[in-house]
Amino acid sequence: MSLWQKVACLVLVLVVGASLAANWLAPGGYAKQYREVTDAPPSRAHWLGTDEIGRDRFARVLYGTRISLLLAPAAALLSTLMAALIGGLAGYLGGAWARTAMAVTDLFLSLPWLFLLITARALMPLNVSPLVSVMVTFLLLGLLGWTTAARVLCTTAGSLRTSDFLRQARAAGIPGRRLFWMHVVPNLKPVLYAQFWISIPVFILSEANLGILGLGVAEPMPSWGSLLKELEGLVSVGEEPWKFVPLILLVVVVTSFQLLLSRQEELAA
Amino acid sequence: MRRLRWKIAGRALALLATVLLGGLLSATLVRLAPGFDADERELDPHLNAQSVQALHDARQQDHNIFRFYFSYMKRAANGDLGTSLALGQPIRTLLRDRAPLTLRLLTIGLGLAWTLTLTLALSAAWLRLSVYDTLTTVVSGTFLCMPAAVLALLSVLWNVPGALAIALIVFPHTYRYTRNLLVKAYSRPHIITARAKGLGEARILFWHVVPVVTPQLLAVAGVSVSMAIGAAIPVEALCGLAGIGQLAWQAALARDLPLLVNITILVTLVTLLANSGADVIGYAARRQEA
Repeated sequence: MSLWQKVACLVLVLVVGASLAANWLAPGGYAKQYREVTDAPPSRAHWLGTDEIGRDRFARVLYGTRISLLLAPAAALLSTLMAALIGGLAGYLGGAWARTAMAVTDLFLSLPWLFLLITARALMPLNVSPLVSVMVTFLLLGLLGWTTAARVLCTTAGSLRTSDFLRQARAAGIPGRRLFWMHVVPNLKPVLYAQFWISIPVFILSEANLGILGLGVAEPMPSWGSLLKELEGLVSVGEEPWKFVPLILLVVVVTSFQLLLSRQEELAA
Repeated sequence: MRRLRWKIAGRALALLATVLLGGLLSATLVRLAPGFDADERELDPHLNAQSVQALHDARQQDHNIFRFYFSYMKRAANGDLGTSLALGQPIRTLLRDRAPLTLRLLTIGLGLAWTLTLTLALSAAWLRLSVYDTLTTVVSGTFLCMPAAVLALLSVLWNVPGALAIALIVFPHTYRYTRNLLVKAYSRPHIITARAKGLGEARILFWHVVPVVTPQLLAVAGVSVSMAIGAAIPVEALCGLAGIGQLAWQAALARDLPLLVNITILVTLVTLLANSGADVIGYAARRQEA
């Protein structure tokens, strides 16, 4: 692990730790309104000021970080499992199975990711409770984000299918199901780990995009997307720089993931 | 030449099949989406029972997915794409009015993105300075870690044209691929030998590197069209540009499903055309190289 990767690891641990300690660091909670100090600049009571309806921005950043950082890996896990099931199995079975699975994958890949997301999000009811909106947003990311990983896994499983050790195992009479779970899946693990890590920053950014466009997590629940929506009201960059804290945090976290990713890719290779 | 014709015919068939299948998938999703059967016009107190029944009957024919899809395709073949539920205008008119702006935005955005990509990637490959390489990687990496919608918002704040925002969204992806392709091409044994023998950098680049990376770069160019279309949604929506991207966003917010199906088919068609075109040109370039 290089120095930068160690720093990235430390940053992620600190950010995740702070977000998990949100109840202790910001006991007021993300929805409490301080009506006497609306749209206030940073102060000792409110480190990052308050938003236009008087909610403490620091608390919202902490709770928003918790939601984005806990649910993005959950969505990544779901998409990786789907990719393993669809891509891995199709690659292992080969022939018409692989062709059909890849045709479906290509169909999904032919649509721009953000476009696919907003189309699918629009099919769901928009006027839902905040908790349901969180679930819908991240479930959607998980259910739609499997395609690229499936393609990679299909190719990897396809090359494993024709490998010598699998041919020998098949010749020794090991049944197909056992062959898949005992010999193919363990060999797919490094690729699965890499795909899991690749998906996390992609989903964090996608949630942020959906949030800014008003199709993500519903109010009053905070997420990085809904926090970044505040930037829409800015007139100039230097006017209220503290409003950029969620953006800086997001860029730092995504960069940390990207730095760690290179290590995962090395391991997968 | 014959092989190339077969390749083009195969691509065209695959494109047609994908568009038809994509349309069916979209129509199915629309049909199954919650609220498909609801029509707020039925709540209008001015309508009598017969009018409400007539509205209800009009939707009955849409209940069967295949009938709904085939009637849509039949009407689409005659140029009737239906009417937007939210905007109350013919979808064909909406698309026709907004397409030129999106097309202009995408063309300029992609042009800028590729100019920036090729300038930085080629200069990094040419100069071979680790400081320069790190700097360009950090710049592209920073843009890569920013949500597209934030770049769109910042372009509004800084009064920057929307096309530049699209360029900055697409550039980090294309730069990453191009840089990696060039690094890989430069590490080929014949290029190392050519360098050792004292061949000029320009000659190495244009005679030995560019022909090797062109087919792959064309494939990346095809994919970049899809990226630019995706980027057009936040840029047009947040910069107040009345293009197809803004229309898609408005349709999503208003759950205007007929409009979304049409935009989905249009976007799929454009993306597939771009990818197939890049694939065929890349194939021709590879054959010429061989």
